Amino acid sequence: MTQFLDISGLCARIDADGQEKEILKGVDLSIPPGEVHAIMGPNGSGKSTLSYVLAGREDYEVTAGTVNFQGKDLLEMEPEERAAAGLFLAFQSPIELPGVNNANFLRTAVNAVRRARGKDELDAVTFLKTARAAAKELSMAPDMLKRNVNVGFSGGEKKRNEVLQMTLLEPSFAILDETDSGLDVDALRIVAEGVNRLRSPSFSALVITHHQRLLDYLVPDRIHVMAKGRIIHSGGPELAQQIDREGYTRFLAEAEAA
Amino acid sequence: MPAVTETREAVEKLGQSSYKWGFETDIDMDVAPKGLNEDTIRLISARKEEPEWLLEWRLAAYRAWLKTTEPEWAKVSYPPIDYQDLHYYAAPKKKPGPKSLEEVDPELLRTYEKLGIPLHEQAMLAGVELPEGETARPPVAVDAVFDSVSVVTTFRKTLEEAGVIFCPISEAVRDYPDLVRKYLGSVVPAGDNFYAALNSAVFTDGSFVFVPKGVRCPMELSTYFRINAKNTGQFERTLIVVEDGASVSYLEGCTAPMRDENQLHAAVVELVAMEDASIKYSTVQNWYPGDENGRGGIYNFVTKRGACRGARSKISWTQVETGSAITWKYPSCILQGEGSVGEFYSVAVTNNHQQADTGTKMIHIGRNTRSTIIAKTISAGHSDSTYRGLVRVLPKASGARNFTQCDSLLIGDQCGAHTVPYIENRNMGARIEHEATTSKISEDQLFYCRQRGLSEEDAVGLIVNGFCRDVLKELPMEFAVEAQKLLQISLEGSVG
Repeated sequence: MTQFLDISGLCARIDADGQEKEILKGVDLSIPPGEVHAIMGPNGSGKSTLSYVLAGREDYEVTAGTVNFQGKDLLEMEPEERAAAGLFLAFQSPIELPGVNNANFLRTAVNAVRRARGKDELDAVTFLKTARAAAKELSMAPDMLKRNVNVGFSGGEKKRNEVLQMTLLEPSFAILDETDSGLDVDALRIVAEGVNRLRSPSFSALVITHHQRLLDYLVPDRIHVMAKGRIIHSGGPELAQQIDREGYTRFLAEAEAA
Repeated sequence: MPAVTETREAVEKLGQSSYKWGFETDIDMDVAPKGLNEDTIRLISARKEEPEWLLEWRLAAYRAWLKTTEPEWAKVSYPPIDYQDLHYYAAPKKKPGPKSLEEVDPELLRTYEKLGIPLHEQAMLAGVELPEGETARPPVAVDAVFDSVSVVTTFRKTLEEAGVIFCPISEAVRDYPDLVRKYLGSVVPAGDNFYAALNSAVFTDGSFVFVPKGVRCPMELSTYFRINAKNTGQFERTLIVVEDGASVSYLEGCTAPMRDENQLHAAVVELVAMEDASIKYSTVQNWYPGDENGRGGIYNFVTKRGACRGARSKISWTQVETGSAITWKYPSCILQGEGSVGEFYSVAVTNNHQQADTGTKMIHIGRNTRSTIIAKTISAGHSDSTYRGLVRVLPKASGARNFTQCDSLLIGDQCGAHTVPYIENRNMGARIEHEATTSKISEDQLFYCRQRGLSEEDAVGLIVNGFCRDVLKELPMEFAVEAQKLLQISLEGSVG
């Protein structure tokens, strides 16, 4: 138990085309405050499902297990309550909101969580100043704040927009679901730097990725291997190189044998 | 409803149920007996001390009405209306004569205050200190119509100095008979359709606007309609005439108390734009929509039409329709003048058991006439919404152009959205475009917003406002803010 994020025996299923499909089959994972953990694993191992379940997506039914987030029962909370409590999910495929101005969306979101956290709302001027500065740090074109949320954004722009939202929403725990996918080397570095800037004793993150490259920039405290709905192996940052060299086969075999 | 941000706050403080404008005002009324016949019409005309020609015009309309039948082509259903079971005249008791704020029944002023309608010129002119970053509101002249009668019109002096006439139409009949006689019924003839004929026979008040040659109306004009009395139909008549090179922006708002029975509202609006004139007509329609089981609510059967008579004239209709149990309304443009422009921007929201059949008609008569139609339909609950539009290009309208875009957004799986565009083209040189889409608010969008901390209601509001943005941006700025909030209130409880 870390008293920050403790996932214990988490099982979840989804109703896909009328068939109940069990995806998480007993996930145990603890992340202490201030640490960045990474989850790697083959496709279909349940990594994205884990992120959705933690964020409160209603399509998934939790059948067993508990998630304790900073002393609260996370699974009892509505998605917006989880956001207010400090949880942020950077989406693998960010959603488009036609006609909704990006700056307006960001400000509405920021003020919603600020209200819920008992902080003063930001006025339009202060907000825009902060948002522009943060966007500049991420090398985003200034007009991206004026455009509609994710509409017509390139893959890289969408991912940067996610990191921008994360920066402004000041989460205590962020889940990055394959934020590196579809990024070129430069964009990858910018996004990783964006995350690194947030690192502090009061910020933890769970980074879901397929590639060691992101972890070169974003050196995690721990790496977990996920397969078939469970965490099957955990280790230090050096695990990334090993996986890059050898793949998951050995971990899978060990898990089978156990 | 004029463009004031306080309106919503004022209204929210009333603490009523989901329809926050549903209170009733207890006021001494002068009511005509129920029923419609020539005597009723004579009584209305006598009460209003009208000239003989207008009485004759009304009676002719009544006779035409007797020969027409209620239209049945719209996709709305309701039990038959007993037109003999209604009052056709109801007015707050007060002495006739020129109206000033001091003379108005304080109870009436309080009603409009509750609704957030600023009728106090002084307070508005003096202005209140605004927080930094906010700009002072330009004043809005208001004509407040309570049941069948205009109770007060503000800023008349300022407008008179500019040469603009803005007054209740009953006063215009008395003070400017030639103007009224020349234009009344010139766009919507007395026997045009069932409801227009009914209105022509029994209309009791409404607004009259006249902007003379070359004058840009110095402020927004606004009429605020309030139905209060029971079992009373409201039949107001608006006539706006804008001469060569002149322009005006006019806003219209409306509410009614919550009642279990249905109330009838059959208005007629006529606009006339001469050479190089422009009229921008914005409506936020918020009549009582009935309760969540479909009980009560206003039947809104309205005929609105504008004539672009002069070359390069322009008429722009913008409407945000959130109220009424039934809406039957097609604000139209007759594009007669060469190079004249007609626009129709519409957001229609239906929830619970509301039914809306609304759209526009663009009649291209002159050469190089242009029209744009942007219609956004949002359906939730068990409601049904139809866009019905006609684009007609006549043989002489060479170079005519039309662009139509109809988008429907569905919330939930019990509602319906329908698009019925009619296109009649008799000129091979015309260019007509039509685009239509239907979509649902996706779970992905809702989840995305909620993950960012927005409540489900706020998320729906944001997505819906995004969907309507092309229309809302056509509204005068503060009206747009109000319309946004109204959209959200109208859709409360529609998700989940």
